[in-house]
This record gives sequence, C-alpha cells and structure tokens, in this order.
Amino acid sequence: MAEELKVIVFTLANEEYGIEVDKVKTIERLSPITRVPHTPKFVKGVINLRGVVVPVIDLRGRFDLPETEPTDNTRVIIVSAYDLEVGFIVDSANDVIDVPVDKIESPPEVVGGVKAKYLRGVAKIGEERLLILLNLAEVLNKSEIIQLKEFGAES
Amino acid sequence: MEMNQYMSVFIDEANDHLQSLNDNMLLLEQSPDDISIVQVIFRSAHTLKGMSATMGFEDLASLTHDMENVLDLIRNHKLKMNSDIFDVLFKCLDALEGMVQDIAAGGDGKRDVSDLVARLKAIVSGDSAPAPAAGAGKAPAAQPAGGQPLDTYQISILTQSIDAGFQALYIEVTLREDCLLKAARAYMVFDVLEKNGEVIQSHPSVQDIEQEKFERGFSVYYITKADPAAIQEQIARISEIDTVQVKPVTKEALQAIDVAGQIAVAAQADTAAAQAVREAPAAQAPSSAPAGTSQTAQARPQPQAPKAAASRTIRVDIERLDTLMNLFSEMLIDRVRLEQLAQEIGRGDLTETVEHMARVSADLQNIVMKLRMMPVESVFNRFPRMVRDLARSLEKKVELIITGAETELDRTVIDEIGDPLVHLLRNSVDHGIEKPEERLAAGKPETGNVYLRAYHSGNHVFIEIEDDGRGINREKVLATAIKRGVLTEEKAKTLTDNEVYMLLFASGFSTAEKVSDVSGRGVGLDVVKSKIESLGGHVTVQSELGKGSRFTIQLPLTLSIISAMQVKLGSEKYAFPLSSIVETMALNPSSIRNVHGTKMIEYRDSVIPVLSLAKLVQSPDYSEEGETETEALIIRKGDKLAAVLVDDFIGQSEIVLKTLGKYLAGNPVISGATILGDGQVALIVDPNALIK
Repeated sequence: MAEELKVIVFTLANEEYGIEVDKVKTIERLSPITRVPHTPKFVKGVINLRGVVVPVIDLRGRFDLPETEPTDNTRVIIVSAYDLEVGFIVDSANDVIDVPVDKIESPPEVVGGVKAKYLRGVAKIGEERLLILLNLAEVLNKSEIIQLKEFGAES
Repeated sequence: MEMNQYMSVFIDEANDHLQSLNDNMLLLEQSPDDISIVQVIFRSAHTLKGMSATMGFEDLASLTHDMENVLDLIRNHKLKMNSDIFDVLFKCLDALEGMVQDIAAGGDGKRDVSDLVARLKAIVSGDSAPAPAAGAGKAPAAQPAGGQPLDTYQISILTQSIDAGFQALYIEVTLREDCLLKAARAYMVFDVLEKNGEVIQSHPSVQDIEQEKFERGFSVYYITKADPAAIQEQIARISEIDTVQVKPVTKEALQAIDVAGQIAVAAQADTAAAQAVREAPAAQAPSSAPAGTSQTAQARPQPQAPKAAASRTIRVDIERLDTLMNLFSEMLIDRVRLEQLAQEIGRGDLTETVEHMARVSADLQNIVMKLRMMPVESVFNRFPRMVRDLARSLEKKVELIITGAETELDRTVIDEIGDPLVHLLRNSVDHGIEKPEERLAAGKPETGNVYLRAYHSGNHVFIEIEDDGRGINREKVLATAIKRGVLTEEKAKTLTDNEVYMLLFASGFSTAEKVSDVSGRGVGLDVVKSKIESLGGHVTVQSELGKGSRFTIQLPLTLSIISAMQVKLGSEKYAFPLSSIVETMALNPSSIRNVHGTKMIEYRDSVIPVLSLAKLVQSPDYSEEGETETEALIIRKGDKLAAVLVDDFIGQSEIVLKTLGKYLAGNPVISGATILGDGQVALIVDPNALIK
C-alpha cells in the first residue's frame, strides 16, 4: 500500500489544485475584506476570522492569472504554515482526496499559466483528472512581497 | 524530537536553574569565600543534572556533572575560587544555556562539550595537589579490574570466593547508542548473570541502573563457576548490547586494589566522599525523599521553605493567556455592539443591564490586563552577567545597579524590549564608561557605575540607563554627523544640545573611534529607536560632558487595548491612537500654504506640515481636493507636530489592538488593526511613521 497524501482540492481558472490537509486551518465563505495600503496588488487585505485578523491574498493574482469577480462559490482557504496564517481566495473548494505519493510527478515548466516554482508536483488521478499540488513555501514567500512593496512605495 | 508533555516544564525549569546559576555565580564572584553561595550553586547544578539525565540530554548532564565535581571541591574547601575557574564555569553556563535553547527550539540539545569537560577535569585534578599522586598509585593497580572502587568487605568476599574455587570476573557491558530501554536491557544482563552466579558489586549501583541513571555502560564484579566465555556469549546475545568485556580478577589484583584503596582512602578521602555525596542525592532525586546524606539533608530544606511561602503561583501557558485575551476582546466588541443596540431600542431595563455588563467587563478587562503583566525582572536578570562579560572583555571596571526590577509591563512589551536594552547597555559600557586609568586621571573612582532603573509614571513605564562615564561630546557628534552627511554645517550650529544627542539615533552613525565588536558599526542605536517607537514608546538622551549620560525610554503600560479616535475616509475607517492626538479641528483649505513644495499650516504660533491621509493610505474613493472645509487631526511625535487631513470623525473608543499578522509585517503606515462593533476590521494608523 503506497503512502498517501490527503489534500484539499480547489479550483482556479478551471484547473484543479491541491493543498495538504494538515496545512489548512479552515475554509470560509468570502467575508468583507478591509483593504491594506502599501501591499502588492494580489494582497486583498485583511478579514476578521472569529476575532483574529488574517490577511487574504487572491491566488489568481498571486499566479498572474486574470482576476475575476467573486461568485457564490468563491471560498477563502485559511492556510497555516511556515509560521504564517494567510487566507487564499479561490474559485471554489469542495473536495478532499487521497493522492498516492508515487503518483506525484515533478511539474512541467508552466501548468495552467502557473510557474513551476510555485508547484510541488502534478498528480494524475483516475483517467482524465490532473491535480496540481502547490508549493506553499514559495506561494507564501515573503521576499517577493518585500520587493514589490518597495517598488510600490517608490511609485 | 518529539515535544512531550514534560518538555515545556523541563525547559522552564532548566531556564530557572540556569538563571539562578548565573545570578549566584555573579554573587560568588563578589565574595568568593562565601561557601553558602557555592552550596546554592551546587544544588542548582545538581538538580539540572538530574533533570537533563531524566530527559535523556546526555551532553547537558555530563557537563553539569563535571561542573558539580569542581563545585564540590570548592564547597569542601579543597579548592579556592580564582578567575580562571570563574571563566571556565561561566563558559559552561553559556554552553548549557545554548543547549537548553537548542532543546527549546526543537533541537536535540547536543553539543561538543569535550573541551569544557577537559578543562573542568583539569581543574579538579590539577588544583587538588594530593590527587595525582594517589590517583597514579591507584589507577594501574585497579586497571585490570577497571576503575571502580571496591570496599574492603567486597574485596574480602571476592578473595574468599576465589579461595572456594569460584571465578571472580570483572564484566563491562556497553549498550548500543540507540538503545531505547536501557534499564530493561540492563535487567536482562543481570538476569543472565544471576542465573549463573552472583553479582558482588555493580557500578553504577543496581538502583541507579533500574532507574536508567547511567550513560551507556555499566560494570560489575561477579563470581561464578561457569565458563567466562559462555557468560560473555550469553550476554552478547541480548539485543541492543554493543560490547561485553569479561576479565578474570585474580587474588593479586584484589590485594593491590585493597592496598591502593587504603592509600586512596587515607590520602584522598574527599574523592570517595564526593562520590558518595554525588550518588546519594542522585538516587533520591526521583522520589524526592527528604532524608539523605548529612550534607544534602541540612542544605535542602533551607531554600524550599521560603520558596513555598513567598509565591503561591501557578505556571500558566502563555498561549492560554493569549486565548483568554482574544476571547475577552471579542466580548468587548459585542459589548460595544450591545450598547449601540440598547441605545437604539431605548428600554430602561435593557440599558441598565447593558450598563452593568459594561462595568463588569471593565473590571474583567483590568484583571485580564494584569494577568498579562510581568515584572521587567525577567528581562533585567540577564544583564548583570552580560555587563560583567562585556566589562571584562573591554578591560573596564563596571558595576551595574538595577532598581525597580519589580516594575510590571505588558508581556508583549517585555518580549520586545530586551534587544533595545541590550544595545543601550552595551553602548553605555563601551562608549560611556572610560577605562580605569582614564577614570582615575579624571578624578573619578576606578569602577564605573551603570544604573538601570524602571518605574511607573502615569500611564507609562520609564526605563532609564544612566552611566557616570565620559558623556556625549557635542562637537564630536556634530563633526561625525556632518562627515556622514546626516546634516549640514549651517544647520549644525542651530541645534540644541538635545537635538545633537538625538543624532546618535540617526541611521549610519557611530562615534566610537574604533569599531569594536561590542557596539560598533553604528547600526545599533537607530534600530533601538525604531524598535521602541514600534512599541509606542520613545527614547530621549540627556548628557553632561565628563559626567555621564542618561537614556530614558518611555513605554505605554499596555499595548493590547488602547483609546483611539476613529475616522472615516470615503468608504473606509481608520483609527488613530489617542495618545498621539493633540486635538481635532476643522480646517479651511485656503489656510494651507505651500512652503518649498510642502504643504504647511499655521498652528499656535508655529508652522506645521499638513499630511493627507487619503494619499498616505492610497484611498480608492476619497480625496480632500475640492472640499470646502476639511477635518484635521493634530498629531504629535515627541515635540514635532503635524496635521492629518481626514474625511470625517466617527468618535473615540477603546479598541483592541491586533497585529496584521507576520505576512503583512513591516507596513510603513499601518501599525495594526482592530475589529469594530460590526465585525469589520479597521486599520490603525501609526502616527510615528507619519512624522519624519
């Protein structure tokens, strides 16, 4: 029996992505967001998550995908990893599946418009289903944000 | 490494013991002949050793063990403290602290301590004169049978057994390094041995072995009629055994031990005694039995009795306090909402109940805030040691005088204030206090004083660092500032003394002639300033040339709940800490003047800059352009003022401070956030960042 990875499946621009379940704190509906100045564009602001102020980022914006208006399906996945707590705005999130670790392959250069460095791998589930696993360390990488911030402050 | 439930207790207690070791070592350095201090140190080291061994941190345990040996000689007047010993012991404390920190950070607490251990051993053997001679005589004699001491009784049993046709064996067993149940393996070895013969003596004692109080190996004297090789094979078959060595013991060897032992007993009674003392409490420790050898029995109850009376406290996980605080702040938000609703509904009994709840929650708030208060002592207590080391490395004589260590501050401030204080203290010792000869030449006492004071005043806590050193040289500061391009020569002439001293906090500034590794590079003080300001406090300097300088840090009592003014800006709401607001006013745009491209207004006989909040926060839907009358907040930072243009005032209220989270840390304008009565998040503007 191969080792399995439990992942939360969410969609972003018609692609399916996965985040390890143990990195996810909760999944929330979109609540009012307070904009925070001097942040990169994909940082939408902060929300009140039961008394805790949590920053939220638009994952579409993070991956340079075209941003869309939120719908009824839009969800915020609260991720808690690498000492950070951040909400990801995604198109929808509605599944938890087990991915056999040996089915995970290293990602090609670009998948669905997302650069490989943000990805941990691609897993083929069943016949036609492709699941893209995120590399959270890179997605949450702050050094990029700092660069952007400095850029924003000067302009 | 798995963080089990005992780990946090272990780390807490280890830190307590290290702190006590540090404190007492400093005390002892003042009065090296005071044996009662050595006793206290010895006990702390001993407890630490026991704890570490129980938790399986062998390096920690072995280092403390050797420290104990040195301390033992000292308390038994076999050895006199000197500065070398102090240095080695302090180095050991540093190493121990490093290991404990490593453990706290999730490491395994391993560290190469062989060098320190060797130095400790050198102290033990080198300074106790009779030891080498007796030791030399004893070692070779006992060698074939191993190093452990046998008493006369055991020797006679062994001799008689040999006479009766038994074989006397000395067996040394080493367990594998990764052996998990050492006691169980040892038990299996003993089981094998006892089936075939009798164990005369074991080292460590059977009791210690049962409690896993041994490192990797143990040795026994054993009598049997079986074949030594067979025994060796049987033991080696037990799993997780690394090596087994079986050596026959002859009558001659036993006699040699006997003689050597008697010499050793005569010449070196202390070693045996020391060992006895060392082993006895080790065996007691887990059961914490009060009785013991005479020395430990007298000494133990003393520190325990006052401790029990002094503090009736419990340790609470900081996280629980934070949770309590969070829950309480949520309730506070609901309270505000309830008050609004009650006002709208306007029913007498409802209003009354809500008002009562408001009073109760105000009391509750007080208690919750007090729970989070900690004495600054927890920060201060590491400074005496630091100043001592620093003074030694700089060849200066410095005394640190601490007052008001019991002053309480919010835990959040306590967590952050340590580094700035370290910087300022280092600064005082390095730049402030002169070398002894320089002090004598200036007619001052050779030893410099550094005062560290903490006290309450109003809603603030003040921390002062004062030295009686050379003071700040105005001309030198100015010269450096001009050289570094911090200000122009013309401007330099107009500055007051205080303004000149504040230049020390400008970035890229250092007045030390030599850059030392202590406080050089000039990166220190500006970091200090920004850190303190991020805590909502500020720092000022006073100085008199030749007499000394004083750095004063002013800090708010608490950072978690503050009074704030809420303002509207288009669709957004922002909050300003009330502590930095001077007043609110309405402003006619025509009164704003343009001075060198900067907008200024006249305010109470002076001209102050005008800032646009909309521009500062990049407001998407508000701009003060085109308003006929704008609302403005006058804010203050130190003695500088500025007017901030806003859309409208909402009102003032108590708000609960929340951070933006690490992901958004370092925002240039926003210092935090709060949750409003309607559940929305409002951002808190950092007024200190607005005034440059």
